[in-house]
Amino acid sequence: MTEMTLTWSGVAPAIAEIYLVAAICIILLVDVFAGEKNRGLTATLSLVALVVGAALTVTYGQVTHKVLLFGNMYVADELSYVLKLAGFLIVAVVLLYSRAYLETRNILRGEYYVLALTALLGIFVLVSANSLLTVYIGVELLALSVYAMVAFDRDSGIAAESAIKYFVLGAIASGALLYGMSLIYGLTGTLDLAELGAHLHSPVSMGVVLGIVFIVVAVAFKLGAVPFHMWLPDVYQGAPTSVTLFIGTAPKIAYFALALRLLAQGLGGTVDEWSPMLSALAVLTLVVGNVVAVVQTNMKRLLAYSTISNVGFILLGFVAGTQSGYTAALYYTLIYVLTALGFFGVILLLSRAGYEADELDDYKGLYQRDPLLALAMMMLMFSTAGVPPFVGFWAKLRIFQALWETHHFWLVVIAAAMSVVGAFYYLRVIKLMYFDAPAVAAPTAGRSTGVRLVLAANAFAVLLLGLLPSSLLDLCSRLIH
Amino acid sequence: MHGLLSILIWLPIAAGVVVLLLGERNIAAGRWLSLLATLVTMALTLPLIAAFDTTTASFQFLEHVPWIPRFHAAYALGLDGISLPLVVLTAFITIFVVIAGWTVIEVRAAQYFAAFLIMEGLMIGVFSATDALLFYFFWEAMLIPMFLIIGIWGGPRRVYATIKFFLYTFLGSVFMLAALIYMYVKAGDYSIASFQSLPLTLVEQRWIFVAFLLAFAVKVPMWPVHTWLPDAHVEAPTGGSVILAAIMLKMGGYGFLRFSLPIAPDASRELDMLIIALSLIAVVYIGFVALVQQDMKKLIAYSSIAHMGFVTLGAFLVYDIVRATGSVQGAGMGMDGAMVQMVSHGLISGALFLCVGVLYDRVHSRQIADYGGVINTMPIFAAFMVLFGLANTGLPGTSGFVGEFLVIIAAFKASFWYSLLAAVTLILGAAYTLWLVKRVVFGPVGNDRVAALQDLNGREFLVLGALAIAVLLLGVWPAPLLKIMQPTIHHLVDQAIATKIPL
Repeated sequence: MTEMTLTWSGVAPAIAEIYLVAAICIILLVDVFAGEKNRGLTATLSLVALVVGAALTVTYGQVTHKVLLFGNMYVADELSYVLKLAGFLIVAVVLLYSRAYLETRNILRGEYYVLALTALLGIFVLVSANSLLTVYIGVELLALSVYAMVAFDRDSGIAAESAIKYFVLGAIASGALLYGMSLIYGLTGTLDLAELGAHLHSPVSMGVVLGIVFIVVAVAFKLGAVPFHMWLPDVYQGAPTSVTLFIGTAPKIAYFALALRLLAQGLGGTVDEWSPMLSALAVLTLVVGNVVAVVQTNMKRLLAYSTISNVGFILLGFVAGTQSGYTAALYYTLIYVLTALGFFGVILLLSRAGYEADELDDYKGLYQRDPLLALAMMMLMFSTAGVPPFVGFWAKLRIFQALWETHHFWLVVIAAAMSVVGAFYYLRVIKLMYFDAPAVAAPTAGRSTGVRLVLAANAFAVLLLGLLPSSLLDLCSRLIH
Repeated sequence: MHGLLSILIWLPIAAGVVVLLLGERNIAAGRWLSLLATLVTMALTLPLIAAFDTTTASFQFLEHVPWIPRFHAAYALGLDGISLPLVVLTAFITIFVVIAGWTVIEVRAAQYFAAFLIMEGLMIGVFSATDALLFYFFWEAMLIPMFLIIGIWGGPRRVYATIKFFLYTFLGSVFMLAALIYMYVKAGDYSIASFQSLPLTLVEQRWIFVAFLLAFAVKVPMWPVHTWLPDAHVEAPTGGSVILAAIMLKMGGYGFLRFSLPIAPDASRELDMLIIALSLIAVVYIGFVALVQQDMKKLIAYSSIAHMGFVTLGAFLVYDIVRATGSVQGAGMGMDGAMVQMVSHGLISGALFLCVGVLYDRVHSRQIADYGGVINTMPIFAAFMVLFGLANTGLPGTSGFVGEFLVIIAAFKASFWYSLLAAVTLILGAAYTLWLVKRVVFGPVGNDRVAALQDLNGREFLVLGALAIAVLLLGVWPAPLLKIMQPTIHHLVDQAIATKIPL
């Protein structure tokens, strides 16, 4: 290990994490002293903190080439830079969407904001991890924050139940991750991902394969791949919607990074080992996710299974095991997060005090009650179904391309067939919104113009990126190469 | 001339968005704007026809803007002899859809007109794209407005019909997409021309052919994947049925000519019997099915399937003609017939659905049994209905005759038995159409509601009159259309009988 010297230029690329730690401390203190009456202060301050963080990252954290810090435990490259900026943006939008929901339920507490920021810190650590140890720290920091977020509405029984479920299963996954890491470390003698990547090549010993199995299981659990998906629908449904919004968006970036850093970089030489495992998982995930989604009656649960099926597509990118495949997975993840933000944003805007707007029947005749929300939801639904001119089409196209390049004929056929099954339940939601008469005549609450504007921009981005996909595709490609 | 194709695509779409934004409150302005947009679009196709060079098979009015440089996909447009007539047909038919919906649509009218305008732009995009990715983009995007049109303004079982319609077409299309991406990975860009010149082994061609067949057979539709069409037609509002029958079905036929035959010629040669058999089943079996229908729209829907059977039959006769006669001379006659049949069926089926719409708006029933003796109260309408009915049976002098005649002659060149079976349609088509006309139009007045019918108003007369002129004009003077198609069809025959298997 090289000698550590702390200079500004030596740590500048880690500005996002350093700043965020400081910001979290300040917000914690402010929240303690603000008292019950000024709860809004924490919310506003967190939002400001995110904007400042993004600005600082752009100013100081920009890197043009790969930089290793802290004894090679930490890597700053263009990918981590862009993903961190995306993290700031996504969490900012999450906080914007959730505020009204938290207020009407009297759960606008500092915990939500602080935990969201610590989770973001975990995401950052994971995105920049260059050592098995850093990976694990990032995973745990993120996971523990999120468990607490699910449970933070302490009067809700169902939320507590979800949190326990999430925690217990998550702990098993963390255990599996740690066990897999220890096997790899024991057999290779290094924690450094770059070194692992340079030295581990197929064929490998049975012990390494065993380690890979455990790591793949942990990654599959975190992403929500079948058969390690059991927690996902329950947590999505049980958590307060504002928390579901968080879980469904920002951490996906981190788990993409987890898979990329661990499998593609650290274990890149053993792609022949893990690619078949992932392809079995991906097929299961696609089939179960899409088929089970068809019978759901709860919107949040439906979106949970939709998430699972999308995870199947992301995994397919990794199955390809090429630069092109990782690019496709990255692109798919970003597009998925953009769409998921919109989905839960609509649910949050529709809900009022005592009305969660999470049953599918709540969406009947939405078009007549609130044309803007219905239009936004329809665009997002068609996008996820993969219908042009919306951006989801390009995400699927990119995955198909990566699979063809690596001659995965049957995976293409299965993925294509499953996207048709998927289209069915997205169409069903559109049918409820546009073709059915409303069950309740009441128009939706007309307030929160600012948030509606953000939502409109969110939906419009799905269309615009669909019409002109080139820039984002190029960016993803550059980040991976 | 440069940029005209783009205007044809984006002008209706932009007008549609404006109509949508004007909203229901300004629906009067919305209607006039819609009509204006469709008229201008139609007018803008005229310079295309005038300037079209009928001596070359290459694409004309080219536009090429890089779209996704990374994939070598371009916003590339162009027209040749098989796409120009379909673009003109699209622009022509949409005018009447707008006029026909003028006062009939009462709920969410602004969205209705907007949906059709956006559809028009997307459909023109499908026919004029010379880049496969752009083609697919328009091809799929088109499903969204049609899904909403059937689902919002349709009949009682509209939800079932529209979801079935969407999923059927989507299922076919995703496999086509997979095939397109496969070829992109091999060819390095998405232009249709490079796909057409890409060498492919027989095995690859077979798979690609099957993928295309799934997409296009659903769209045409061919037996046995036709079952979405009667449902969609019955439930769709009049305008939706017209667009479906007149334009959207043509995309399947267009796809066979543009993609299947030139891209997978060896597989087409090998599997042409499959298409011919399915086409003949459509012609004969579906003809019988049409005979027993009680619902006017359903009858016309089945008639559409039977007539589209002629299109697919004509398109794939080329190999048997070459085998039977041993020469390329006249091998394109089936394709000529297929193209004329597409244009003609667009006009006739559109007109027939508009006729049903005229009756439905008055009586609110599509059941044949609810009518009878309409001629007594609506003589002008009856004249039109009889004319379009006769055109549907392929009466000489109407456009229906030209296409069917060409295909039957071509079938005779290929095999006596093909032509015998194909000619059965002349009997069956006459039977179901004339029987329909007899039961609805002729005889004594069937009931009180028929007795109270008012004849066509000026708007309806204008629509049916214009279509009648087009049907007759194409029937007596198809030469200009054939002339436009000729070089492209020649080129297509060359492509279809060449082999692409790498040595």
